[in-house]
Amino acid sequence: MSGPRTLFDKIWDDHVVERLPDGTCLLYIDRHLVHEVTSPQAFEGLRAAGRPVRRPEATIAVADHNVPTSDRRHGIAEPESRLQVETLERNVADFGVPYFPVLDERQGIVHIIGPEQGISLPGMTIVCGDSHTSTHGALGALAFGIGTSEVEHVLATQTLLQKRAKNMRIEVAGQTPAGSSAKDIILAIIGAIGTAGGTGHVIEFTGDAIRALDMAGRMTVCNMAIEAGARAGLVAPDETTFDWIKGRPYAPQGADFEAAVRYWRGLASDPGAVYDKVVRIEAATIAPMVTWGTSPECVAPITGAVPDPAAEPDPTKRAEITRMLTYMGLQPGQKLAEIPVDVVFIGSCTNGRIEDIRAAAAIARGRRVARGVRALVVPGSGLVKKQAEAEGLDRILLEAGFEWREPGCSMCLGMNEDKLTPGQRAASTSNRNFEGRQGPGGRTHLVSPAMAAAAAIAGRLADAREFL
Amino acid sequence: MEKFTQLTAIAAPLPLANVDTDKIIPARFLKTIHRSGLGVHLFDTLRFDEHGAERPDFVLNREPYRRAQILIAHENFGCGSSREHAPWALLDFGIRCVIAPDFADIFYNNCFKNGILPIRLPRALCDALIDDVAQGDNARLAIDLERQVVVRPNGQEIPFEIDPFRKHLLLNGLDDIGQTMAHAGAIDAFEQNRAAAQPWLPKTTRA
Ligand code: SF4
Repeated sequence: MSGPRTLFDKIWDDHVVERLPDGTCLLYIDRHLVHEVTSPQAFEGLRAAGRPVRRPEATIAVADHNVPTSDRRHGIAEPESRLQVETLERNVADFGVPYFPVLDERQGIVHIIGPEQGISLPGMTIVCGDSHTSTHGALGALAFGIGTSEVEHVLATQTLLQKRAKNMRIEVAGQTPAGSSAKDIILAIIGAIGTAGGTGHVIEFTGDAIRALDMAGRMTVCNMAIEAGARAGLVAPDETTFDWIKGRPYAPQGADFEAAVRYWRGLASDPGAVYDKVVRIEAATIAPMVTWGTSPECVAPITGAVPDPAAEPDPTKRAEITRMLTYMGLQPGQKLAEIPVDVVFIGSCTNGRIEDIRAAAAIARGRRVARGVRALVVPGSGLVKKQAEAEGLDRILLEAGFEWREPGCSMCLGMNEDKLTPGQRAASTSNRNFEGRQGPGGRTHLVSPAMAAAAAIAGRLADAREFL
Repeated sequence: MEKFTQLTAIAAPLPLANVDTDKIIPARFLKTIHRSGLGVHLFDTLRFDEHGAERPDFVLNREPYRRAQILIAHENFGCGSSREHAPWALLDFGIRCVIAPDFADIFYNNCFKNGILPIRLPRALCDALIDDVAQGDNARLAIDLERQVVVRPNGQEIPFEIDPFRKHLLLNGLDDIGQTMAHAGAIDAFEQNRAAAQPWLPKTTRA
C-alpha cells in the first residue's frame, strides 16, 4: 500500500505472508496467549491430526478463567475446573508450550500478564482465544480475540486467515475532568457509538485525553474496544509506552531495546492517513459513568437517572429497555446514585492492575464497607498482588472490610465459585453486564475502580468524586 | 467439518437484537474439554427457568421449532465473547444456519469454522421471514448455498451475499489448517526475513 498509512495499516502490512486471490490474507502471528477454557478442543484437534505446535516459544499459557481466588495451595476443589486446568497442564507439557503454573507469582489474567512480562510488545500481532485480547492494543500491537478453531490454526501454522478490517479513529479531545478515569472514557465512548459502533473496524484511540493516560488506563480503554463491537483497539506507542516496557522480563534489553524503540517510533499513523470512520468526543464532558442495563451501551453519568422506556420512540428499543429494567429490578426515573448494591467486585482484565487497586484503596482508606455489602478485590496477577502488598494496599482494603483474594478472572464471568446469586446487585469493574454474566440472575453495574470502592463504602451506587 | 450445500428445514423466529454469547451459552457451561454435548444448554436462561423446567413460551420449546435447524434473529447476533462454544452449542442443538441483519465479527467467523452458515439480510427481509415461519408447520425455509438464495415458503427466492472463499470451504467441508499448510514454504521465508530485518525480535521469546 502506498501513501500515508494508519498504525493499523502498518502493522497489518508488516505481517502479510501471502495475499490470496480473493483478498483474504495469511497473517503472521507473533504471540499466541493460551488459557484453559478455549484451548482444550484446539489441542485435541492437533493431536487427532498428528500436528505439532509450530512455534511453542512464541506461545504462552496460563490458567485464569476458573481458578479459585481463595487459598489454592491444596489444588482446585471443583472437579470440572480442575479437569480444565489439568488438561491445560497436560497439553502444554505434551506440546512444549511455556506455562506459568497456578502457584507461580507470574500467574494471572492472560491480558494482564502479557504486557506485564513484556511478552506483548508494540508492532506485534497478538492473538488469544478470548475477546478481550484487544487489551494488548494499548501497547500499539494489533491484538484480537479468536475462536478455538483459530487457536488450533495458530498453534499449527503461526498464521491466521484474515480479511483486513476497516480503520476507525476515535479522538478523545481535550482534558478529562478530575475524578473521571479511563473506564469512564471508554464507557462514555460505548454509550456514544453503541455496541455495534465499531463492527468490522479496528479502532485507533487518539487525542490529548488518550495521550495523557498511563499504560494501565490505555489498557482499560482498549480492553473494552470489543464492547464497542470493534475487532481491536489501538493506541500509538509513545514515550509512555517505551518507558513502561523497558526492563520487563521478555522485552528486548540494552542495544536491542534501542533498536526496537527506533522501529516502534515509526509505527504511529502518518499525517493525512485516511480512516473509514472518525468519531470525536470532548473529554471535558466525561463524568464518572455507570451502566443501568444489560448491554455496556446502556450507560449514564452517576448524576443521572434510569431512563424511561416510554420516552423511546422505536418500539423494538422500547421493549428492550423495558425488558432490561425488569431484569435489573429498576424503576424508570430512579436516581442512579440511590441504587443499593449487595456486592462490589474490583478486578478483571479491565481494571485489575496496580493502578486500579491504588485508586480503590485511595477511596477505601480510613473508611468502612457498608453493612451487608460483600466487597471483593481480586488482583489481576500474582505480581500485581505482590506489588499492592508491598505498598500496604492490602492492609488498607482489609481494614476497610474488603476481601483480598488470589489473582484470576473470578466474578468477571462467574466460572469459579465467585458468583452473584439470583437478584443480587453488583457494582463491578469488569467489562460485561450481560444477563447472568456474573452468575445466573445477577445484576451488574459496570463502573471504574474508584466508583466501585465508593459504592462499597456507601452501600449504593455513588459518585466517587464525593469521596476524594 | 460437515459440508453445507442445501438445507430445507424448520426455521425458528427469535426476534431479539444483541443476542450475546452469554445468552447463547452461559459461561457456567464452558467447562467442557470437548466440542460436543453443549446443545442441551443452548439459550439456557431463555429456555429453562431456575428449576430447570422448560419455559413454555420460548420458541425452541414449542412445536415445530424444537426441531429447528435455522434461526432468524435481529441485529448484532453473537456479540460478546469469542467463545466458540456458542456455535458448538447451536450446532449440537441442530442449528446449521442463522439469518440476521448483521453479526458480531468473531461469531461470524466462528460459524464458518463449524459448518454453520450465517446469512446477512436486511432487517425488513428478516422480519418478512420471521412472519413466514411464525406459521407453525409451514415454518420451513430452503437454503441453497451454491446458488446463494433463501427460498421462502411461497417459493420466492431471496439472494444473499457470501465471501467466495468461505463459500468454497463450506461447500466442501474443508478444514482451513490443511489449506494453510500448503503455504508452509512462504511462512518459513517470512519468518527468516523478519528475523533478519528485526534481529531483536527472536530474542524476546523463551523456550
Ligand atoms: S477477566 Fe473477564 S473479560 Fe478478562 S479474560 Fe477474564 S473472564 Fe475474560
